[in-house]
Amino acid sequence: MKFTSTHEWVNTSETPVVIGITHHAQSLLGDLVFIELPELGKEVKTGDELGVIESVKAASDFYAPIRGTVIAINEAVKANPELVNNDAEGAGWLLKIQASHPDDLEALLDATQYEKIIAEEH
Amino acid sequence: MIENTPLHAAHLASNAKIVAFHGWNMPLHYGSQIKEHETVRTQAGMFDVSHMTVIDILGAGGRQFLRKLITNDVDKLKHVGRALYTCLCNEHGGILDDLIVYQRSPDNYRLILNSSTRAHVLPWIHEKSAGFSTGIQERHELAMLAVQGPEAISRTLPLLTPAQADAVSTLAPFECVDVDDWFFARTGYTGEDGLEIVLPEDAITPFWNQLLDAGITPCGLAARDTLRLEAGLLLYGQDMDETTTPLHSGLSWTIAWEPHDRDFIGMTALLSQKHHGVEQKFVGLKLNEPGIMRTGQAVLVDGHPVGLITSGTYSPTLQCSIALARVSKKIGHDAHVEIRGKHLPVTVGKPRFVKHGAPI
Repeated sequence: MKFTSTHEWVNTSETPVVIGITHHAQSLLGDLVFIELPELGKEVKTGDELGVIESVKAASDFYAPIRGTVIAINEAVKANPELVNNDAEGAGWLLKIQASHPDDLEALLDATQYEKIIAEEH
Repeated sequence: MIENTPLHAAHLASNAKIVAFHGWNMPLHYGSQIKEHETVRTQAGMFDVSHMTVIDILGAGGRQFLRKLITNDVDKLKHVGRALYTCLCNEHGGILDDLIVYQRSPDNYRLILNSSTRAHVLPWIHEKSAGFSTGIQERHELAMLAVQGPEAISRTLPLLTPAQADAVSTLAPFECVDVDDWFFARTGYTGEDGLEIVLPEDAITPFWNQLLDAGITPCGLAARDTLRLEAGLLLYGQDMDETTTPLHSGLSWTIAWEPHDRDFIGMTALLSQKHHGVEQKFVGLKLNEPGIMRTGQAVLVDGHPVGLITSGTYSPTLQCSIALARVSKKIGHDAHVEIRGKHLPVTVGKPRFVKHGAPI
């Protein structure tokens, strides 16, 4: 499992990689009510806006952690955004990207580095 | 300096997420604001409201003082134990606060005021009482909680003393009663049935724990906001403030225009505004596609701005976004709201969305 400083997780043990927002992110956002996901086939560069996660209190953009093509989206979370609150790092996955540059995965944060970022937030 | 309410430890014990709120540490939620909201609409939830200000207006001159002070008329309270909702306005008709006045006896009125306005409203009330034979007593030593929902009263009654239960079971909506040193009112800020209870500080934690054991769910500020917005209840400082009058805020009904010679503070200004016609009105908006409307977003008709959203949120009962807005009185049934650069279509209606737990 890898992470970004903007609170996305990337499961690099699968191909295409699976992406979601972290448990920490969902706890900051509170109850989620709408999730906007990208179109299938969309080509993205690192840092591009992928979609919007809207909780009762705020809308939050989420970003492409790597370069590639959107291959799959999780329809279940569109219908039931609370899946992301309940299981952000499992059933609450958001989409899958076919990485175009495998090196991008190395640049992601590991768990220890991500924990450090969360700790520094407080 | 930030203060804790008497229930602070109890909130932490229930895993509350605490936030700063007008000088108080308050529970925002205890895990899921949506679940808390749904519990209030279907069963019963409880809210710590000790951050609000409780003042008692005492003495023979209290009644006449209140008849001058507020837009509604306490002469309407025909017997002991009745309450009314009112605005408190300045000489220009600008709203200084909204509050409920409870008539505990002909010379004893209890006012419950917003915490956000305390610093300037209390001095105002003291100043305006000059010349009336009345004393104003702030009740710092009392705490307050609200139990709200269709099962709020039935679940609370068994936990009261026989005398309290007896008195509470006879309360009609907007009635109140004192039993021993507890004060009960059948009022609230959720649109549901329920009680607001003012009690000695040292009694509130044991009582909270009894309510918890009786299956009543702790609910925080986040649920409080979605509940009140669905019910069309206004939030001072957001939906209205000193720059708006009751006539611009859907609160004309809180003004008792007769008898003319009551001459409450702001009456002349409000009469003049009424006479000249008010260009704005207060409406409710519904967004029937994904997205959340929020305070300050523009309301448009045919691309032209016609007003602003004062409060917006997600409605768990309607499962879409709802909002209150102050707009041109010429608005029709349809409009658009500008959300993050996009114009989304909304339906325009009355500023109230849920009644008796169901969509209107």
